[in-house]
Amino acid sequence: MERTETRLNPGYGRWTPFWFLAPAVFALLGIGIYPVISALVTSFRRYNITRPREGFPFVGFENYINVLSDQTFWQSMGLTARFFVTVLPFQLFFGICIALLLHRPGLGMLRALARISLVVPLATTYAVVGLIGRLIFNRDFGVANQFLNAIGIGGMDWLGSPTGAFIAIAIMDIWQWTPFCALIFLAGLSMVPVEIEEAARLETSSKTALLRHVQLPYLLPGLTAMLILRSADILKLFDMVFVMTRGGPGAATDLVSIYIQRVGFRIFDMGTASAQAILLLIVTIVLSRLYIRLIYKEIE
Amino acid sequence: MSMTLRRVLHGAGLVAVLCFTLFPFYWMVSSSFKDQSDLLASPPVWFFTPTLANYADIFADEKVFGSIVNSMIVATLTTALSVLLGAPAAYALARFEFRGKSDLWFWFISNRMISPIVLALPVYLLALQLNILDTHLVLILIYLTFNLPIVVWICTDQFRSIPIELEQAARLDGADQFTIFRKIYVPLGLPGIAVSAIFSFIFSWNELLYALVLTRRSVQTAPVMATSFMSGYELPWGKIMATGTVIVLPVTIFALLVSRHMVRGLTMGATK
Repeated sequence: MERTETRLNPGYGRWTPFWFLAPAVFALLGIGIYPVISALVTSFRRYNITRPREGFPFVGFENYINVLSDQTFWQSMGLTARFFVTVLPFQLFFGICIALLLHRPGLGMLRALARISLVVPLATTYAVVGLIGRLIFNRDFGVANQFLNAIGIGGMDWLGSPTGAFIAIAIMDIWQWTPFCALIFLAGLSMVPVEIEEAARLETSSKTALLRHVQLPYLLPGLTAMLILRSADILKLFDMVFVMTRGGPGAATDLVSIYIQRVGFRIFDMGTASAQAILLLIVTIVLSRLYIRLIYKEIE
Repeated sequence: MSMTLRRVLHGAGLVAVLCFTLFPFYWMVSSSFKDQSDLLASPPVWFFTPTLANYADIFADEKVFGSIVNSMIVATLTTALSVLLGAPAAYALARFEFRGKSDLWFWFISNRMISPIVLALPVYLLALQLNILDTHLVLILIYLTFNLPIVVWICTDQFRSIPIELEQAARLDGADQFTIFRKIYVPLGLPGIAVSAIFSFIFSWNELLYALVLTRRSVQTAPVMATSFMSGYELPWGKIMATGTVIVLPVTIFALLVSRHMVRGLTMGATK
């Protein structure tokens, strides 16, 4: 160890990196790791804060057993997965279409305008997206029903029916996150070396062949990133859905973050909610390991 | 297909993209200028006489104003703190070699993935014990969990692009690391620091879940306030949409400023 340091002669003291890193590391330990440990401890307790007189006794794995045998928890996990497989194909499809439109040469001004407009959905406060959703999908005076009436399909009670509410939150998510996919695809398309693309365009007039053989290899890394980040984001998804439906009607839009929030902060069963949160964290850690393994290879 | 037809189709496609991305935003803004009867018209009206009454209403409402001030305080201070803590760490990750560097790097970045509900529960209990519920402080600190990773990521990238010769030359002149960081990396890395600050401001400004569970009346942030309108029978849609517009407008402007870096900010560099 000593010798390598002398050989590299880095020109700084052994402790210098520590001083630069310490503030950030200790901050993240304090706000990121310590709460997780404390959630872990809580998850082994019976911990209902509305009944402090009963105390908060340790109950071993009771909470985990309850959660894992709890139908509602699995339903909300299943619903979250269903939400993911519903919105992602649309986001990928519209994303690639938009990216190809923006990548195509010509119409400079309009193209620049369309490209910059992609930022608007991404920056819109998630809670406000929910508010807009409630107005657009209102049964009586929503513009969604006006549109349906105009094309001859009758309007519906979007947020009052289970299927309608699920579709409505899916549409708002598709609106907000399609630009994300479009921008990543666009970045991929612009990585294709110009000479190769030009040569391929001379070889073939088929757009699909060009996409499949020339552009696709450059789109794949971005695709992996999207799959993993979108799944993590949907596990996190709370704000927009909470504002639009609060998980209802019934449990039709009760995604996992909404469900845990309700157990913790409406029923105040912190023990059970912590166990659920820890399980969610495990899923997330697996995902982020995967993400890091697949995406950040070059740094290692 | 003729060239002209293709051009027309391309143009039509781009216009469709614009309609898609801007419609909900447009609907919010236009609704904020409608009076109650236009808002409740069925079917909805597209052309109407605009009114500023909703804006007059919300600016006269102390609660709305106060919540925007709260959001401003929280977002500004947490951004400042993230840059203060994150930029030096980014410098260490960009330029020093030490054991466990890549693990540390991954740990920073993986905080991006963690669901806020995982931390909201224990932080609520801790804040209850420490008696800091419903303070700016608790939000400023908890927002670091997503702001620090973004600052560390963007600044590391930026600092790596600064020629190392500058650092070597400064060291020959006898400058120590702290001086080098302050005199070379901070000024030359300023664009990256600014971009990361804008991102962390946007994320903090937009956050709802932590603000919802960790604050009550006195530190209510703007998103919490906007959602609190959503109770009761006849909703004040004009006020709601005007508040929404006031909340979204500043971050949209910020986002347009950093639009070139949007992908990097959201993916933490998955695509360069």
